[in-house]
Amino acid sequence: MNDQLEQRLKEAENMPRVYFDHAATTAPHPEVLDVVTRMLNHVFGNPSSFYKEGHKASYMLEDARSKIASLLDVRSDEIFFTSCGTESDNWALKGMALSSASKGRHIITSKIEHHAVLHTAEALEKQGYDVTYLDVDRFGLINPDDVEKAIRQDTILVSIMTANNEIGTVEPIREIGSVCRKHGLPFHSDGVQALGAIPIRPRELNCDMMSFSGHKLYAPKGVGILYKRKGLRLANFMDGGAQEHGRRGGTENVAYAAGFAKALELAYEALESEAKRQMRLRDRLIDGIIQRVPHTKLNGHPTKRLPNNVNVSFEFIEGESILLLLDALGFSCSSGSACTSSSLDPSHVLLAIGMPPEVAHGSLRVTLGRSSTDEEVDRFLEVIPLVVERLRVMSPLWEDYQQGRLASLIPEEGGKDVTILGGYGLS
Amino acid sequence: MEYSKKVLDHFMNPRNMGEIEDATATGTVGNPICGDIMKMYLKIEDNVIVDAKFKTFGCGSAIATSSMATELIIGKTTDEALVLTNRAVADALDGLPPVKMHCSVLAEQAVKKALYDYYQREGLMTPERKEMFKILEEDES
Repeated sequence: MNDQLEQRLKEAENMPRVYFDHAATTAPHPEVLDVVTRMLNHVFGNPSSFYKEGHKASYMLEDARSKIASLLDVRSDEIFFTSCGTESDNWALKGMALSSASKGRHIITSKIEHHAVLHTAEALEKQGYDVTYLDVDRFGLINPDDVEKAIRQDTILVSIMTANNEIGTVEPIREIGSVCRKHGLPFHSDGVQALGAIPIRPRELNCDMMSFSGHKLYAPKGVGILYKRKGLRLANFMDGGAQEHGRRGGTENVAYAAGFAKALELAYEALESEAKRQMRLRDRLIDGIIQRVPHTKLNGHPTKRLPNNVNVSFEFIEGESILLLLDALGFSCSSGSACTSSSLDPSHVLLAIGMPPEVAHGSLRVTLGRSSTDEEVDRFLEVIPLVVERLRVMSPLWEDYQQGRLASLIPEEGGKDVTILGGYGLS
Repeated sequence: MEYSKKVLDHFMNPRNMGEIEDATATGTVGNPICGDIMKMYLKIEDNVIVDAKFKTFGCGSAIATSSMATELIIGKTTDEALVLTNRAVADALDGLPPVKMHCSVLAEQAVKKALYDYYQREGLMTPERKEMFKILEEDES
């Protein structure tokens, strides 16, 4: 087994790398790059300026806005450009907190949100707001009934992500939105991970606000969007000039806005075919990993999940060491292990779906993209059993398990729907 | 965060990984909940560590520090091994990222725990030696 791994490690030096971390970021699409560089070369004007260069920039900016609006099936004046998805989330939460403070100070969100929402909610708590963090089920799904039960007289906002960035679970956003509508509550959804992967039309989803980010769909980093339904009152987050209808100060990043529009256009053109293609690769990976590696389970929902997301837990080993070996073998992946963050806690998402920390440390996330191929999946499925085996041989937990001193938490045959009860009970 | 070449080398090619079936002493430290456990096996003859092996559940630096710790103590007397510090393990690896320093602490603790086991069992524990085991009382995470 070890010889095979050594052989693979040698081979990897002469093989192209496999990028399996598209949920972290994506490489800009050549056509997007083309638009962006052309804009930077030829449209340098400030859209607020009152002369030709300015008019040209302003025209291009509005063109990008209207393209995006039409793809999302919303009005142009409901699209606001920001610097990133995190800014959009901050704006939605803090803006709503500020403009509705007289009505109430209660916000509802979930335990599995991205830090851009979670830490913003925590910051608001420090300012005297009250936040309910809803639980999720073992697949990471939020129950719309739980949202309804959490609503109080003083609730001013509900914020639930469209799809989870770690485990890929797609939330029942439309149903949650309709609960919010019924109670006359504004509903925000962080759609950063979902845009470009599944069809997103904010109105159909009953969303009043949605956050998006360019670099998750093959546009550059440094551009985001906040969709805000017309008529919804929202205090500014970034005060300044009259840009973005006076709602978001700062000279507009015209080139990146145009790049975002191009990226969205490309994403929507290929949405169905790419989703289908990636889903097939995804399921090959999930089935292949579970079949080849004992004591392995899928994290997240088996079917209500993003077409490009694979998240599995391997028992008895730790995630960062999996990533290091995979990196040496030419694969870029990600993990929810504590050691890949700067804290000592494993992923809050894995803990929220009820996974004991000792298993959460051994998680691996593979996220596919437009460049992913069957060959890459084949290569991955060939090496992953070798990687896990290598680390298990080193693990004292594996030794304890094999010698009958420790009961496994994930059955040997593993699966897509494995409930883990309790932990090892060691300390 | 990036590892030094030496850390990566010891992670990719761990030295002395495995078990010693007739070990004179063993020490296990860490906690699966925190994501790292180290088990150290020592073979001691006439107060000299003639062999050391490890098993580790943990991140790259946890594996590398265990590997380096075994290299640093093999051939040493138990009293020489007793003064091994986490800093010495980290330095021998050309340093560790600050968030990973606790892995070197774990490596020091694993060696000490095995030695504690040895001294106690052999009736060799003295007040001076006992003084050296204070690190075992520290928070292991």
